[in-house]
Amino acid sequence: MHLPLLDIIDTIRTLGWGGAFELARNGIVLGSLYALIALGYTLVYGILKLLNFAHGDIYMIGAFIGFGVLSAFGGAGNPSIAILPLVILMFLAAMLGSGLLGVVIERFAYRPLRNAPRIAPLISALGVSFFLQNSVLLLTGGQRYNYGTFELGGDLSTATPGPLFRPAFTVDQRPVTWVQVLVVGTSLGLMVALTLVVSRTRLGKAMRATAFDREAASMMGIDTDRVIASTFFIGSVLAAAAGVMFGLYIGETYHFMGFLAGLKAFTAAVVGGIGSIPGAMVGGLLIGLTEAYATGYIGGQWSDVAVFGILILVMLVRPNGLFGARAIQKV
Amino acid sequence: MPDRTDLPAPDAAPDAPRIGVDDWVAQAEERRERGRGVSGFLGRGWESSPASAKLLVLVGLASTLPFWLNEGDLFSYGLYTLLYATLALGLNIVVGFAGLLDLGYVAFYGLGAYTYALLSSEHYGIHWPTPAAMAAAMAVAAAVGLALGFTSRRLLGDYLAIVTLFFGQAFVAFANNANPKVAGEGLTGGSNGIANVDSLSFFGYELHTTEQYFYLLLIVFTLAASALFFLNQSRTGRAWRALREDPLAAEAMSMPVNRLKLLAFMFGAATAGLMGTIFASIQTAVVAGNFDTSLLITLYAIVILGGLGSISGVIVGAIVINVTFEFLAPSSGHPELKRWLFYGVIILLLTRIRPWWRAAAVFVGTIAFGFAVHAIAHAIDPSWTSGHVVDAGRLAGAIEAWVILPTGKAKFDTVVYIGLVAAIIVVTQVRGWWRTIGMIPTLYLVAVVWENVLVEQPAVTRLILFGALLIALMMARPQGLLGTARVEIV
Repeated sequence: MHLPLLDIIDTIRTLGWGGAFELARNGIVLGSLYALIALGYTLVYGILKLLNFAHGDIYMIGAFIGFGVLSAFGGAGNPSIAILPLVILMFLAAMLGSGLLGVVIERFAYRPLRNAPRIAPLISALGVSFFLQNSVLLLTGGQRYNYGTFELGGDLSTATPGPLFRPAFTVDQRPVTWVQVLVVGTSLGLMVALTLVVSRTRLGKAMRATAFDREAASMMGIDTDRVIASTFFIGSVLAAAAGVMFGLYIGETYHFMGFLAGLKAFTAAVVGGIGSIPGAMVGGLLIGLTEAYATGYIGGQWSDVAVFGILILVMLVRPNGLFGARAIQKV
Repeated sequence: MPDRTDLPAPDAAPDAPRIGVDDWVAQAEERRERGRGVSGFLGRGWESSPASAKLLVLVGLASTLPFWLNEGDLFSYGLYTLLYATLALGLNIVVGFAGLLDLGYVAFYGLGAYTYALLSSEHYGIHWPTPAAMAAAMAVAAAVGLALGFTSRRLLGDYLAIVTLFFGQAFVAFANNANPKVAGEGLTGGSNGIANVDSLSFFGYELHTTEQYFYLLLIVFTLAASALFFLNQSRTGRAWRALREDPLAAEAMSMPVNRLKLLAFMFGAATAGLMGTIFASIQTAVVAGNFDTSLLITLYAIVILGGLGSISGVIVGAIVINVTFEFLAPSSGHPELKRWLFYGVIILLLTRIRPWWRAAAVFVGTIAFGFAVHAIAHAIDPSWTSGHVVDAGRLAGAIEAWVILPTGKAKFDTVVYIGLVAAIIVVTQVRGWWRTIGMIPTLYLVAVVWENVLVEQPAVTRLILFGALLIALMMARPQGLLGTARVEIV
């Protein structure tokens, strides 16, 4: 009798501590991307109680805008400007473009349904997601575009990676590359910035008030429509940053990437407790680590199933997520 | 109808919730609209006839289809419409009656198909009799539905949406990639799926032809629709509707809310499982790719177009969506009809503009605008207009003289497509004359995009149109074509 469990234990033994470290590193990098996307879900849910299915596709559009800027400046093989300003430009263009897209989607597809039955905006969101995905499929013909950032500033003929893929430091001879540092660092920075915005600024206060009770907030003179639009903008900006970072790190952009990443980020938000900002961050890391370890120890084809398992487990044990407050229904 | 004077005066703000007004009064405006013309007469006649008569008329009409459609058309128009309609009926229980957003519905359909394929094919060499295999498929789907519903039963409806959406994805990933070895054979056959599935056979009578399957589906559909009708009338059906409208109030009325939700969820899953078995035997193979999100969106489009919670609406939705779907299919046998349908629908929508002279202005303006743009583009560079249309039939000459069809212009597709989406968004945001003026270039852009981009990729086009349909319906008529508007009573 052949037990699959023995195989897994065997793999864990062969990979050893070094392997475990590498998987943890990959998981943290992936997890910080999921966390960034999950923040967008959580922000919108917190304020509108709407599951914004289109959010994953905004992330995808962000990745495509980044790719567009990269190819406009000659592509990764032969960039016409220095690497640092190019990368910054990619981030800015993608974040601005996606942010505007998020605002337009909110205005066009969700705002008219503010007072409709709960299911109406959900279905509208489903429609927007499907529309964006297939529009990109139509325009790209399903082709996968590669950022090719391994080449950026490097030399393929001698297999010299660009600066992004050179090791920043090593742990026990296992390298951590600059792009991984960039992803984790930028994500952390954005999360800190978001936390500051929500807890310290006027807009953040208005957001919290609107999330608490929209009607009461509008009676207190808060322009709730503007607050909601700003929330969509912020969420989309974070998603676009994640999209560009995914492009820089993994490289492949295609029409369906938003659905898969969105689904997992969504799960991260639910696992962490939807509506909670620290919950989204922790949830993202948890999902990223689960995926990395499932891929390393069981096999890549099982990663989706493993993440689904985590989702079910959390739903059973802590129905409101790890950081979610118990929902009190007001009548 | 002369005696319609009993209708109350039109309301000043029709969208706002009204105070001290009951359902009948609140919907007076709609009845007033319906009172006019031939469509009003037919609509009233339809509404006042009993449900059994409606079903009889539909089934009677449908049963004549095999006599005047050829085999290919019967398969794609008749068979698939029925398949989608019955599937949508099951989805309607969950979404329409109970108000649960089940995004893993297609996975139950797949689960039924795979169960049937495992129990009646050469894959493991098991050949159960059809009724037993069908019952097993339904039981498996219902049991998994129960287990899945159970995990999110304590939660708000939103959590169910994400759990089921992920379940659908995990199911496809499991069937496609994981394919664990059971008894020396990959359980799901991986991306190849399971081939050589037995055809259905009931007590020695085996089904082979499209016609036989069509009649089988017609019977299944009739049974499902009748069952659903009675279910809707029953205590449980009433409880579901109460639950959908206000779960909290339902609970306060001592309804077992969680049990009712699970029940609806299971009913939906079992229906999907049953349809899965029929689908598997029609296709004689099961492949995971058949159960992805595009089918989910198609089913949602059907249920929502027809009207959530309306049984006859599901039928209308299935006919409209499937016929459109097949017209737009890449291998459609009627390429020129695609275009007629497309421009026909646009002109139909144009006639909805009131007053009529505004519609006429837009129509004439669009045609004039098109010729002007064509002439200018041609004068600047002939390559802007040197393209040719695909499968246009008799319209070819007219379209080539009106729509710009550039050759060798990279990025033209992307630019006009994004331009069109932007134009539509702008037109919906402005009011009055600006909208009328804005519609002229927008409509022309629609034609340009259609001729240059959409016609060449019909498979993607139809999915885009469904996505847009869902958004547009939610804006314009959230209750769907045949659904009754829910009135918020304060």
